[in-house]
Amino acid sequence: MPQFTTPAELEAYRREVLSGRDSAKPCITLCSGSACHATGSNKVAAAIALEIEKQGVAAEVDFRRTGCHGFCEQGPIVVIYPQGVCYLKVQPEDIEEIITKSIKEQQVVERLIYADPNTGERTPLEEEIPFYKNQQRLILGSNLKIDPKNLDDYIAVGGFQALVKVLFEMTSEQVVDEVKSAKLRGRGGAGFPSGVKWDFARQAPGAQKYVVVNCDEGDPGAYMDRSVMEGNPFAVLEGLMIGAYAIGASEGYVYVRQEYPLAVENLAVALKKAAESGLLGTDILGSGFDFTVKVHRGAGAFICGEETSLLNSLEGKPGEPNARPPFPATKGLWGKPTNINNVETWANIPLIINKGAAAFSSIGTEGSKGTKIFSLVGKVNNTGLVEVPMGATLRDIIFKIGGGVPGGKKFKAVQTGGPSGGCLPESLLDTKVDFDELTKAGAMMGSGGMIVMDEDTCLVDIARYFLKFLSDESCGKCTPCREGIRQMLKILTNMTEGRGKEGDIELLQALAEATLGSSMCALGKTAPNPVLSTLTHFRDEYAAHIHNRKCPALSCKELIAYYIEPEKCKGCGACFRICPAAAIEGEKKQVHVVTQHKCTKCGGCLEACPAAFDAVRVLSGEPVPEPVAAEA
Amino acid sequence: MDIGIIDEIIDKHGGESGALIQILLDIQGAVNWLPKEALARVSEKLSVPMSRIQHITTFYKTFSLTPKGRHEIHVCLGTACHVRGAQDILATVEEVTGVKPGETDPDLNFSVETVSCLGCCALGPVMVVDGEYHGNVKPAETAKVLSQLKLTETAEALEKLKQSETAEVLNLCACQ
Repeated sequence: MPQFTTPAELEAYRREVLSGRDSAKPCITLCSGSACHATGSNKVAAAIALEIEKQGVAAEVDFRRTGCHGFCEQGPIVVIYPQGVCYLKVQPEDIEEIITKSIKEQQVVERLIYADPNTGERTPLEEEIPFYKNQQRLILGSNLKIDPKNLDDYIAVGGFQALVKVLFEMTSEQVVDEVKSAKLRGRGGAGFPSGVKWDFARQAPGAQKYVVVNCDEGDPGAYMDRSVMEGNPFAVLEGLMIGAYAIGASEGYVYVRQEYPLAVENLAVALKKAAESGLLGTDILGSGFDFTVKVHRGAGAFICGEETSLLNSLEGKPGEPNARPPFPATKGLWGKPTNINNVETWANIPLIINKGAAAFSSIGTEGSKGTKIFSLVGKVNNTGLVEVPMGATLRDIIFKIGGGVPGGKKFKAVQTGGPSGGCLPESLLDTKVDFDELTKAGAMMGSGGMIVMDEDTCLVDIARYFLKFLSDESCGKCTPCREGIRQMLKILTNMTEGRGKEGDIELLQALAEATLGSSMCALGKTAPNPVLSTLTHFRDEYAAHIHNRKCPALSCKELIAYYIEPEKCKGCGACFRICPAAAIEGEKKQVHVVTQHKCTKCGGCLEACPAAFDAVRVLSGEPVPEPVAAEA
Repeated sequence: MDIGIIDEIIDKHGGESGALIQILLDIQGAVNWLPKEALARVSEKLSVPMSRIQHITTFYKTFSLTPKGRHEIHVCLGTACHVRGAQDILATVEEVTGVKPGETDPDLNFSVETVSCLGCCALGPVMVVDGEYHGNVKPAETAKVLSQLKLTETAEALEKLKQSETAEVLNLCACQ
């Protein structure tokens, strides 16, 4: 492990690392983020190592396991540099061919490269795949180039240059001013100007101050922070150190969910290596700046993403929020001034220092600068992480990058901002992603979850889903949040189960407004958003559930029935065989009938019925016709 | 349970009361749940009242005050998984194992848990069985994976039963 006691030593080491690397030498990179882990990245890695040895190409090729590439549905992803040929859904048995063809013969393995789901057109190069081509990956881009456990890799891409600049060329005030003029807004959800927040903590009196990384990414359907923490922990650390210098803190904490074991592991390795090489500890690089970092794993509580709850949890207490003010900037961890930012916010800091505030703020809209990472998931063709400049439209993200809705289904809504956000209909797809524009449209930026829904998704059920989540996660400290959410959930559950009644919509609206106006922390204040936004844009659906006992999306189990059309059924028995509840009756070549009281509505028969017959129908809001015994 | 493990964990964190949650997480990781003796030891060594420990262990979802089954099944109910049919997966899991979310069967074979998001949204719906991820699962596939597991369990249980029966018969013979 190298030892750095001066900036010159670090710079010399960087040159040494770079001179030892030949940019023309082929390098096989393998995505090793959590999603690729789940699809077998470890086995692929073993196969690559084995095959390199077997074919005796160890001297001609480098192999690197990197962080998340973002195109998660297509994992495990292998990219061969310097050309950037990208192979998707790679399995261990593909490795031999990849090395033989791609490395030895300089050819492309056609069957593993990206094929457009609509046109079938194949694209070999990563940067030309539509999913990547339309992004601007300032933060995620480094994930492709570095092994998150390798300090040399981070140093090679210019790592810690921003720290050196700050420690030796800038005063703490200048650093804060730079972040202020970059107009960076917190990426965790609320979008508060980071520079202003830093300044509060910097000016707060006290010798002992703290900086904290919030990696308690609890929003269901969002995983940007996990990917940055897993893929580039050094960048988050560098940002944190710059923040610590700016506000005058010598201790930092990283609060990370224990549901993200790989993030915890990679972070721990990064911290250890930084400490061993003198980049953490006392008198860092001879600047007189001391800094240490501790990792704190969260134990599973959504509320801990709220900053005062997180700080309570850091102190070893239950993660319940405190009323603000006092804000953490003046009275935070152990009562001392504390600055807490989200992972993505911290990862933006080195970028701002290196490129300058002007360059950073040239990207984006008037009120929102830089790029934002979204997790584009749900009913969309290309799911994964996308990073776009602020100001991109929802339509561009979902259709240009995401490739639209799969299976020829119709787009219905997009949910942004997690449980605190809202659902936007097609008519608002030209909304720009910008903190203020999204709020104006009735949703919010939130931390960056973007869940696409198609015609099969019931929006009343989505509202119920979020309220269920929030009622589980509400800490119960204040009454409006605890009771308001519970009562709204009761009404919504009744609606989805066919017990909705006249006046429910108005009652929901009143409860939502009361909860919004009187809860103590952001969880309660934003909890009604899923209800309010769906009420605004999809009121018809609520009405159908109440008045017609009908779920227009054919999704609410209590309101639908599966029915086999006698005139279409050929008696093939496909549904009969798959039904797990033995609810389908019928002999071979005879019309099959669903016994309604036995049916668990799993939908297996609908999937099993051959497309040529198309005999299974889902009914809602209408009676199921009496079975007619007829020959098929 | 070996109380030595608990002491080791507490010592690793320097016996700081601020590290209470971290200590409990490590204990849970090591013995899979939080036995009463372990909590009593933590309370004593950190000088933290048992009431506060109880507050913490019931506030945070990760902690379990009852033993977990040999096989742990986690079904992700994050939004992305929800819109792709996670409820059907959970229903299948409940049906095949006979265990409800948050519970364990009396034989300690299966524990079923729901998770709000595993961060593998692109693979939804996701089910994790004993740490192994199953992405894009359908109810039929879920049933197959779990039934296989159940068969293995039953075979093992039968094997054990057989052995104990043999032992009993042998004992009986010895007595006579």
